[in-house]
Amino acid sequence: MEKDLNEFDKNQKELIHILHKIQAQYGYIPADMVSQISRHLKISESEIFGVLTFYKVFTLEPRGKHLITICMGTACHVRGAPAILDEFERKLNIKAGETTEDKMLTLETVNCVGACALGPIIIADNEYHGQMKTREVDKVIEKIKKEKRDNPE
Amino acid sequence: MMDDTESTKLDEIRAEILEARKEQKTCVTICGGTGCHAYGCLKVAQAFVEEVKRQNLEDSVDVRTTGCHGFCERGPIVVIQPEGIFYQRIQVDDIKEVISETIKNKKIIDRLLYIEPRTKKSIILEKEVPFYKKQKRIIFGNNGFIDPTDIEDYIALDGYKALEKVLFDMTSEEVVAEIRASGLRGRGGAGFLTGKKWEICHDVNSNVKYVICNADEGDPGAYMDRSLLEGNPHSVIEGMIIGAYAIGASEGFVYVRMEYPLAVKNITLALEEARKIGLLGSSVLGSEFRFDIHIFRGAGAFVSGEETSLMASIEGRRAFPRQRPPFPAQEGLWGKPTNINNVETWANVPMIINKGADWYSQIGTKRSKGTKIFSLVGKINNTGLVEVPMGITLKEIIYDIGGGIKDSKKFKAVQTGGPSGGCIPASMLNLPIDFDTLTKAGSMMGSGGMIVMDEETCMVDVARYFLNFTQEESCGKCVPCRVGTKQLVDILTRITQGNGEERDIERLKDLSKTIKSGSLCGLGQTAPNPVLTTIRYFLNEYEAHIKEKSCPALACKNLIIYYIEPDKCVGCLLCLKNCPVEAISGERKKLHVIDQDLCIKCGVCLDVCPPKVMAVSKYTGKKKDRILKKATGQRVRK
Repeated sequence: MEKDLNEFDKNQKELIHILHKIQAQYGYIPADMVSQISRHLKISESEIFGVLTFYKVFTLEPRGKHLITICMGTACHVRGAPAILDEFERKLNIKAGETTEDKMLTLETVNCVGACALGPIIIADNEYHGQMKTREVDKVIEKIKKEKRDNPE
Repeated sequence: MMDDTESTKLDEIRAEILEARKEQKTCVTICGGTGCHAYGCLKVAQAFVEEVKRQNLEDSVDVRTTGCHGFCERGPIVVIQPEGIFYQRIQVDDIKEVISETIKNKKIIDRLLYIEPRTKKSIILEKEVPFYKKQKRIIFGNNGFIDPTDIEDYIALDGYKALEKVLFDMTSEEVVAEIRASGLRGRGGAGFLTGKKWEICHDVNSNVKYVICNADEGDPGAYMDRSLLEGNPHSVIEGMIIGAYAIGASEGFVYVRMEYPLAVKNITLALEEARKIGLLGSSVLGSEFRFDIHIFRGAGAFVSGEETSLMASIEGRRAFPRQRPPFPAQEGLWGKPTNINNVETWANVPMIINKGADWYSQIGTKRSKGTKIFSLVGKINNTGLVEVPMGITLKEIIYDIGGGIKDSKKFKAVQTGGPSGGCIPASMLNLPIDFDTLTKAGSMMGSGGMIVMDEETCMVDVARYFLNFTQEESCGKCVPCRVGTKQLVDILTRITQGNGEERDIERLKDLSKTIKSGSLCGLGQTAPNPVLTTIRYFLNEYEAHIKEKSCPALACKNLIIYYIEPDKCVGCLLCLKNCPVEAISGERKKLHVIDQDLCIKCGVCLDVCPPKVMAVSKYTGKKKDRILKKATGQRVRK
């Protein structure tokens, strides 16, 4: 990581770019990297924690292997997104923002993906599922579970 | 300033492109916006390329994945040019036939045509589709012709001509004056005069100045900025270069939401291509003007759409807003004069320069010039992006362009302006839309989200939804916003759960007033708008929730029940099998009954009950109580 950091100027304006890079690479921001960033940019660790917890994209916890994102935009809301979210939470036994115990799946919500014509919409591992119905929730989860069975680690 | 050899460089490039495209080929354009992506347009495009190859038509047929066409409801959309034949909901299996029939034999395939729902008439040409007919697509229109990943497409359609004009024929003062004369107002929300903003920034004396494109389109339900960035990125870049020249900036930023990966990709590529031919860099088109643009990806904070927060974010800090004045035009990014405009505003600029302020100011109303792109979403038949002249009525947008309300339901309200806006009721359908009329109605233009709501949308729940949003997104700097929005959410939640008190409406109003006057930035100052407008226009719904514990829209879970009508149920077992909590009992061909104690009100039973049976109903208020009482009686007997 030391080497990666040297790509960036020693200036606070690089902080969010650095965090994006780490988040993309590891899926979260490992806490010990904060001190490395702090040394590189010469800003305090508390400042870095402040920034990274302010923005929703950055997480301090590893996320699941699979990601289900539920759009909670207004158009999706009036077309029944809350019921879809309820069903996912119930079926997976986790709340939005949490990861299943086996670290397979993270459920999250997003404010709007801008595909309002397809609402309510969810994104499962980059695949869009538009005009979702509560009864289709099972299918989406099954597909991910099936993949787990087919490709056991 | 004029340099003859260099100023013609772009003309030469354009001439070359046009020469190569002289022969008018058939061109299959496939909409590549995010909506159509979600429908699988990439597979469709790939299949077209392969089929054209297979049938040896590569010399006579072009296949082009373009920007968003706007009619997201009917995606994936394919338009065959030059005729403009409009095919909708096209699938990979249809492609062979499109090539052999329509392209080779000039025959129209009826089943792929759009059918006008009211007249049941099939429509062949894109321009005849009612959704497009009343629009005035001066900014958005080129999206359908341009492959956003190919700068040549933009240049061929006179792209960067305005930039040439500005660089070699106009002084910076003249550019500012032209934009001022056009009457263009910022499309990001508040509607400040763009020319005035430029003028302030231009007049500040400083060797370092910045321009920023605000593409942090955070309003849920609005996605026109994304479609412009994705579909016609060069129009935004050209606008920014012109703006930078006008105010004297040498560095620019595009601040784009990271939730828009395709927009990030296309704008990145567009910048690279622009640099290659000298549109950006140390000498723009060979002139003395130096300018370049960087991309900054947001990180998921709604408040960073506010201009002072956005600048804090670029500086690598938390997106906290700060006091204004000083305005960004005086002291902005790193303390330097900075001009921030929204994506759509920038995209207006090249057109104003090309066609002139006089032409532009003919469009629109007295104080709101030009067109506005709205995202027409929610309970509407034709969901999509629509570009209309300012001053058009709501009714024309919703019924003539939008095709009316989904499933023939009754129109209740339209929400404009995102979380800062408000709900406009059916009685105001004839309202001509512009910046001022919307503000007068208690809402605002905002970035242009237009969410249509029908009789099944509960207005108290909508207010709760928006406040929940702003409360989560409040940065926490100002106490009235941080604590006040939380209280608003708590009260609204209480009301939607049937625990509202008579004094709650007064409490909501009082609190709203405090939040509006005690917050530093637009987020807090406008956060109570959804509450205030719903109270203003839909007081009866609040009263029903509070006094009668009923939800007239049958939307609030705690106030409704699902019930199987004994005289309608045919005993098909569908709901029983699909109920996730096994709350339904019954046998084949016998009446099914919902156990109200077990029911989680997920609505699956209503979803799966066949349309011709429709035995599942929702009830609220007294009727609900009667059914519950009866049901308890039944169980006791059992």
